[in-house]
Amino acid sequence: MRNVVAAILLAGGALALLPLVGLPLFYESFLYLVFHWIVLATSWNILSGYSGYFSFGHGAFFGAGMYTTAVLATRYDVPFLLTLPAAALVAMVLGVALGAVVFRVKRVRGELFALATLAFTFVVGTIVLNTPIDGGPGIALSGVAVPAIGRSAASSFYLLALALGVGTLIIAYAVYVSKLGTGLFAIHDDEDVAEVLGVPTFRYKMAAFALSCALAGVAGGLQALFVSYVTVSETFSIIVPLSVVLMSVLGGTRHWAGPAVGAALITGLLYAFTAGDHALAGKVVFGVVLIAVILFMPDGVLGRFTARRQRHRRIPPITVAQEPLPALTRIPRVAVGEPLLVARGVRKAFRGVRALDGVDLDVRRGEILGLIGPNGSGKSTFINLVSGHYRADAGTLLFEGHDIAARDAHRIARAGIARTYQIPRPFAHLSVRDNVALPAMFGADALDRSAALSEARRWLAFTGLSPHADAFPEELNLHQRKFLELARALAARPRLLLLDEVLSGLTPGEINDAVDLIRAIRDDGATIVFVEHVMRAVMALSDRLVVLDHGIVIAEGNATAVMDHPDVVTAFLGRACA
Amino acid sequence: MPSVALLSQSVLSGVFIGALYGLLGLGLSLSWGLLRQINLAHFALAFLGAYLCYQLSAKGGMNPLATLAVIVPAFFVLGAAMQWVFARFKVSAFNSLLVTFGLTVIIESVIQAIWTADFRRLDSVYGDAKFKIGILYVPVPELITLVLSLALAFALWAILRFTDVGRALRATAEDGPIAAAFGVNQKALALLLAGTCAALAGVAGVCIALSYTLAPAQIYAWIGVVFATVMLGGLGRALGPIVAGIVIGVSESLTMAITSPAWAPLVSFSLLILVLLLRPGKS
Repeated sequence: MRNVVAAILLAGGALALLPLVGLPLFYESFLYLVFHWIVLATSWNILSGYSGYFSFGHGAFFGAGMYTTAVLATRYDVPFLLTLPAAALVAMVLGVALGAVVFRVKRVRGELFALATLAFTFVVGTIVLNTPIDGGPGIALSGVAVPAIGRSAASSFYLLALALGVGTLIIAYAVYVSKLGTGLFAIHDDEDVAEVLGVPTFRYKMAAFALSCALAGVAGGLQALFVSYVTVSETFSIIVPLSVVLMSVLGGTRHWAGPAVGAALITGLLYAFTAGDHALAGKVVFGVVLIAVILFMPDGVLGRFTARRQRHRRIPPITVAQEPLPALTRIPRVAVGEPLLVARGVRKAFRGVRALDGVDLDVRRGEILGLIGPNGSGKSTFINLVSGHYRADAGTLLFEGHDIAARDAHRIARAGIARTYQIPRPFAHLSVRDNVALPAMFGADALDRSAALSEARRWLAFTGLSPHADAFPEELNLHQRKFLELARALAARPRLLLLDEVLSGLTPGEINDAVDLIRAIRDDGATIVFVEHVMRAVMALSDRLVVLDHGIVIAEGNATAVMDHPDVVTAFLGRACA
Repeated sequence: MPSVALLSQSVLSGVFIGALYGLLGLGLSLSWGLLRQINLAHFALAFLGAYLCYQLSAKGGMNPLATLAVIVPAFFVLGAAMQWVFARFKVSAFNSLLVTFGLTVIIESVIQAIWTADFRRLDSVYGDAKFKIGILYVPVPELITLVLSLALAFALWAILRFTDVGRALRATAEDGPIAAAFGVNQKALALLLAGTCAALAGVAGVCIALSYTLAPAQIYAWIGVVFATVMLGGLGRALGPIVAGIVIGVSESLTMAITSPAWAPLVSFSLLILVLLLRPGKS
């Protein structure tokens, strides 16, 4: 981490010497533009590239910064450099206000988020145009003094943009390697699962958006003085958002340096082709290059580069011997008895269909509780409610004495509950190792990144996935993906583990392995609730059985006693014909 | 407060401009909803159609409406060819936005190279023709637009709803692999639909040429409000965009009549944000 930051600072320092070699002024202005776009594209990428929330509203925040500087510097005579923090603040407040509304609506993702933010740009633009902020004709900054940093105004602009660019790249890199970055990449792949694994998705999106907007605001403030004449139609247009999206996609949105590479390429390309007499031909070339890049390099320039490197690093499976089960020395096994989870009157309906209709059940500490019932009886819904994937309509869910029924899913994960999904939902763009490290970072223990990676190693070994640690989930077969789900849940070190049909679709041999694994997990101190249709495994594993039918508990108790219960027989096999 | 005559004239002009929003939104909505492509080039194609109409009728002496006979088939082929490329490279929804932006830039440059960046205005037989009903003036070119939009929207609605092709399209949009398993030829359908959408852009272009002054940069002026129309009307719907277009058009022209023209964008975009936030269910 230090090396990269040092390299960015060093490169920035070297570039700062450029004006000293007596570059023609024109080139300094060109370099200013390069860094201007590097800041805008990189700041956009912090939210949109990392988390996949493609914003088309970057122009609004850029524009907010521009107008903040323009108004403060011309009407209130604030020195230019002091207007920049204000520009950042105004843009950030605007972004946080928009995020607070938009991020609460689950539906507004993907292209809908893009549109909402684009519409927001035009709304802000219209308001600025029609109020005294602009008033129609635009604001001229010709009377504002350019801070004398370099030997000329052009040098000063270049040095300011360079400093901002260096700062932005360091921030983008710091986010990239931090927990925040990991969380954002998980949101990109599957936001619901990220939340259930403990990522505070709302807070993370807000943090990334605030950072992104603030940086765009500063870039706007700087640009206001550079162009020295600010108008609404030039500022709140579709050009800024489209450009930053293009630059980032061209460079690669999944890499912290991608947008900077794209920004430099496109700014250079535009200059090379549109300067001089061939402006029109240049535009055509620009369009052709853009299309060619997207068609042939859909992951961007750096995207390709990183993918290839990862493939080289992958360890061939033959060379790695199966690691022995790690020594499991956590909490000593607790005597079965004391209730860990107490559900009372839990209800959940989906558009009138009552999936759970007043469920009362206790999960005792240290036990393996089998949850069975016919299809549609409410087993998976119960798991979804306890893990916070859905919210209960009514009832209480006491976990270690605290009601978790109304808690956000990430706080439930923090409290010590983990789950698997019936159909594995790994993060497609994270390696198997990172998939497992993520819940260790966001689970009950909230480990830092390096501790989480060694925790991941342990659970990969435990589930026999070590040879595939560098693979991507799509390269795994069903059995391995199911075990990846399991490893992911275990890495959170839960006190209550919810398993949703981990055995379905496995061969008899694989089931035997899995049964041994689940026993080992319980002996390690976790309490387990598992939903299963494979009756052989149910009978072998469960200490106790609970049978659901039509959303209510129809029987519970010792496995063999429950299976002989007449209501259970009826629920599974139907009523005998007289 | 403006007079009743002014207000009702504003409502009428709102309906007319809304019909054009709807017509532009129709092709966009169908390709977005049914093909998962966000086709920015739709606007560039519409303007290409407008310029072709201008060329054929102002220079070639054709009736502006007769140019449809040339433009519609030509654009159908163009749209199908674009779809062939999209399918060949498996372009994702977001990348389709970028690719079609590149295409927009190219088409804009081509238009500018042929017809220059100057304003062009088609003086046709319809030109300034208008008639009066009660207190209202009805301009003929706008009326043609309204009739064409309504006719096309209803025709496409009927095709999507009642024919086998329409059912196959809707089934493919909902679950492609399953529809394919039931024997739907997705490739052919996609070519057909993309061709139709491009042809719709051509029709919209002719309507633009009838009532508006043309300039290459105008391509970008319509993007925001038409996207608002598409979202408000629902993706993949035939009647939605027309209704939404008229709602937005009327609310805009009423805002212009009551306050000032500069406030108009606030209405459409606030409406769009509210719809995105408040509309229940999936889009």
